Amino acid sequence: MSTVLAPDPQLDPMVPTLARITRKIDEIPDVVTFEMEADGWSGFAPGQFNMLGPFGVGEIPISLSGPASKRERLVHTIRAVGPVSRALVELQEGAVLGLRGPYGAPWPVERAQGRDVMVVAGGLGLAPVRPVLYDVLENRDDYEKVIVLYGARRPEEMLFADELSTWRARFDIEVAVTVDHASVGWHGHVGVVTSLLRTVGYDPANTTAYVCGPEIMMRFAARALTDAGVAPGEIWLSMERNMHCAIGLCGHCQLGPVFICRDGPVFDWARLRPLMQQEEL
Amino acid sequence: MSGSGDPARVVIDANGIDTLIAILAKRGYEVLGPVRRDGAIVHEPIASTDDLPRGWIDEQRGGHYRLKQEGDAYFAYTVGPSSWKRVLHPPRQPLWRSEIRDGEVAIEAASVDTQRRALIGVRACELAAIAVQDRVFLEGPYQDRHYAARRAGLFIVAVNCGRAVETCFCVSMDTGPEARAGFDIALTEIANGRFVATAGSDDGAARLAELPTRPAEPSELDAAAAAIETAAGQMTRTLETEGLPDLLTSNPDHPRWDDVAQRCLNCANCTMVCPTCFCTDVEEVNDLDGGGAARVQQWASCFTTDFTYLHGGGAVRDSVRSRYRQWMTHKLATWHDQFGTSGCVGCGRCIAWCPVGIDITEEAAAMRGARGGG
Repeated sequence: MSTVLAPDPQLDPMVPTLARITRKIDEIPDVVTFEMEADGWSGFAPGQFNMLGPFGVGEIPISLSGPASKRERLVHTIRAVGPVSRALVELQEGAVLGLRGPYGAPWPVERAQGRDVMVVAGGLGLAPVRPVLYDVLENRDDYEKVIVLYGARRPEEMLFADELSTWRARFDIEVAVTVDHASVGWHGHVGVVTSLLRTVGYDPANTTAYVCGPEIMMRFAARALTDAGVAPGEIWLSMERNMHCAIGLCGHCQLGPVFICRDGPVFDWARLRPLMQQEEL
Repeated sequence: MSGSGDPARVVIDANGIDTLIAILAKRGYEVLGPVRRDGAIVHEPIASTDDLPRGWIDEQRGGHYRLKQEGDAYFAYTVGPSSWKRVLHPPRQPLWRSEIRDGEVAIEAASVDTQRRALIGVRACELAAIAVQDRVFLEGPYQDRHYAARRAGLFIVAVNCGRAVETCFCVSMDTGPEARAGFDIALTEIANGRFVATAGSDDGAARLAELPTRPAEPSELDAAAAAIETAAGQMTRTLETEGLPDLLTSNPDHPRWDDVAQRCLNCANCTMVCPTCFCTDVEEVNDLDGGGAARVQQWASCFTTDFTYLHGGGAVRDSVRSRYRQWMTHKLATWHDQFGTSGCVGCGRCIAWCPVGIDITEEAAAMRGARGGG
């Protein structure tokens, strides 16, 4: 399949460039990772997202899940949950789709230099926060302890399980995993991801946390971290909302005064707490 | 304002406005103005003052809009269901097309609308609304290029209101009834089909100089000022804006939200007629042969559950209460955080076009614990 140059997106931010899937990796049921190439792609910052649009179907925001330091790498991990993500997941290597981005405020990774790094992820939430770990591990000496707490619903739904195992084998990173529902043969921890916080050693007063997962999980994780003594301004969360434009014009992703697409998706807990504590805001 | 004649204020009659329409058309403008259609005043192309709804006035209150014949003024009606948003930010805006033929993908961006337009009869509240949408679409980190193109080619003939209806509250929003900025020419209708005209831009002054006019007499300036004062004086509704953003954002659990949720039908009319509501969906429209598709932006409303729907999570704002709260809190409070201005200009459309007559001024007053409305 050959491609034709798309119009300059600088001219109209709503018009996508063309991207091609170069490699498709089946992760867990309903979840795939695409390695892609795109016209004019020049990198991203951890936590940013692209709008991905399979032609004739629609367009949705998907976080970048690959290493940000490799500027040419364009990696997305996608779960089929709705019509557009289902169509994306069914695309094969060589397929061409529309891409706009990158958008959004990134995870402030360098903020954690000289501090303990705490990553708390639930389910597919490990994908948007993985670029933080790549950055931290590439500059491992700049950080104190590095801790990854990950929770999945079931053992067979653990995302990036091989990579988690590889990290767990290192002496300079602590990885703890849990599942909500154990299946036969699971000998690990069972329970919500916040219950892992008590099992690891870190200095709350000198910790920066990156939290990503379902909203309720992030809320509990942020509260648990705050209770443990981590400053609300050092707890970073990535929010998900219905988005149609990603550039602050369609209005869908408002959460009180903020547009998640433009002002986020990454915010600190000090800013988010009053907004997330209000139901249906 | 009275006293000796003001050379910047001239008097023009209907023939002069006909000349203006002709001059603008000759210069390549599509001239849009108020016309009476389907029992309402809407904006359509006009060729002369004969197309204007002369002698028709509107009667509006909560959930009510009717036209009736009274007097012989050209612009005695106030605002109808169509705001100029329909022109500048139309209900459907194609963004681009994709074509897939023999495995080749091509994307073609929709061209922008460079047609220059002259808007005749823009009220002060509507000028304020255009200024609000300018902030939304032009002054953020990203621009809506379709809006920008349409906006760039405007010639605006404002009309100062000489009459207010029950739903008007521009005085309390400090947006009217007199047009203060953002127009090329402003007209104030005085008796017998005459208007006091002023220029608001160099372009407006140049056009005005081409028309048959004469300096306004002091009595005519007095009549123009009196007309605007009449409109201001007829306004019975007020929206107390002092401290309102804090009041709303700090009262998300106020029982009044439950009260209004009992009445609100979720019809989204208020968001459609509001001249500042800007939200859109971006939809994919496929060709019947499956070979191509268009990406289209269309008006959306925060009153639908679909608006916040997340696959795997459902609608964020699932209750009527939360959706009304979002609309009103956004309009009157968080709009300030986002765009440095209120999202309400006091036009009253949301009151008149609400099928059950929910009144934003009354709801805001109730939040204060006061009796409000009109």
